[in-house]
Amino acid sequence: MIGVSKMKCPKHVVEMIHKYLDGDLHEDEGRELKKHLQSCEDCKAHYQELEKAVAFVKSISHVEAPADFTQKVLEKLPKEKRTVSTRRWFRNHPFFSAAALFVILMTGSLFASYEESQFSVTKYDNLVVDNRTVIVPEGETVKGDITVKNGDIKIEGKVEGNVTVINGDQYLASAGQVTGEVEEINELFEWLWYEVKSTLSEVFKQ
Amino acid sequence: MEEFINKKIKQIKKGDQNAFAEVVELYKDKIFQLCYRMLGNVHEAEDIAQEAFIRVYMNIHSFDMNKKFSTWIYRIATNLSIDRIRKKKPDYYLDAEVAGTEGLTMYSQVSSDIAMPEKEVEAIELQETIQKEILKLPDKYRSVIVLRYIEELSLQEIAEILELPVGTVKTRIHRGREALRKQLRHL
Repeated sequence: MIGVSKMKCPKHVVEMIHKYLDGDLHEDEGRELKKHLQSCEDCKAHYQELEKAVAFVKSISHVEAPADFTQKVLEKLPKEKRTVSTRRWFRNHPFFSAAALFVILMTGSLFASYEESQFSVTKYDNLVVDNRTVIVPEGETVKGDITVKNGDIKIEGKVEGNVTVINGDQYLASAGQVTGEVEEINELFEWLWYEVKSTLSEVFKQ
Repeated sequence: MEEFINKKIKQIKKGDQNAFAEVVELYKDKIFQLCYRMLGNVHEAEDIAQEAFIRVYMNIHSFDMNKKFSTWIYRIATNLSIDRIRKKKPDYYLDAEVAGTEGLTMYSQVSSDIAMPEKEVEAIELQETIQKEILKLPDKYRSVIVLRYIEELSLQEIAEILELPVGTVKTRIHRGREALRKQLRHL
């Protein structure tokens, strides 16, 4: 039994109170403590003050890190090896990876051909070329498609096929005639699209 | 949870910083809170918490995946906080109005920004008082009290974090509680 004398009761009981607060008190000890606290005001006050202190400390939790915390940590890290980020990116975006690969391969050749501002024209014997202007002479008939790059075309005769002018203009004389479609491509984007389209149609033809 | 963390750690070991960012997101509030309650200053807490995560990243190869990751990061953050406390002047917190420290607690930042009802102001003042009393505890009691009652960790986990026997942790918690009882009894 715990004595009630002021000299020895606090130390012993206080130990029990702490054990109780840590969940370490046996059932019989618990009963003993309870009984003592009911009869001893000092120990009861001690217990209540401890509980209050713990409750106060618990009440100040739930602090959050600043919003930009993660970003700031990442900024302080050494640079990630490029291979890792690239590998991860491709792993996370399989469809986009395929598309990106396609675009990279395509644009390489596309830009190369776009930037060549060389004049060129589909070769036909009856076409007349005059300083970057292709002329389909009056009375002549070109059987097939004509593509002019970086030049103009003047159609006075007849074209039995499509006419495509890239980076140039086409002039259709009143007497001129084109059986197919006439297309002018000037913008880079259209040019890309045209190349992709014709590449794809070639691919699918096979 | 442990499975998820272990998967992320494998990716971090390969140098994947996105996986690391996910781990930071998961633990940032707990670690920042620990540092803030240990140090009592937002800027210092942020500084130390960031340092803890950077150490995790830099030392990820030495982490044993059979052990609990949270124990490891808590240990790093606790040790860094204690180091920082010991580098401070011993009387640093005895006078809360030391020049240059105004406006650095969470409460003063909040209360200066928004007009609040008196009740909330009182609640904030009470929280500030409690924080100040925690800061008066010697670091070895402060750490166990913060880990136990603010981070709500078990005695066993605290023993592992601090690499101390459970009995020692209990003794420190008892003494910390007694100190706080005396400091907070009049509130």
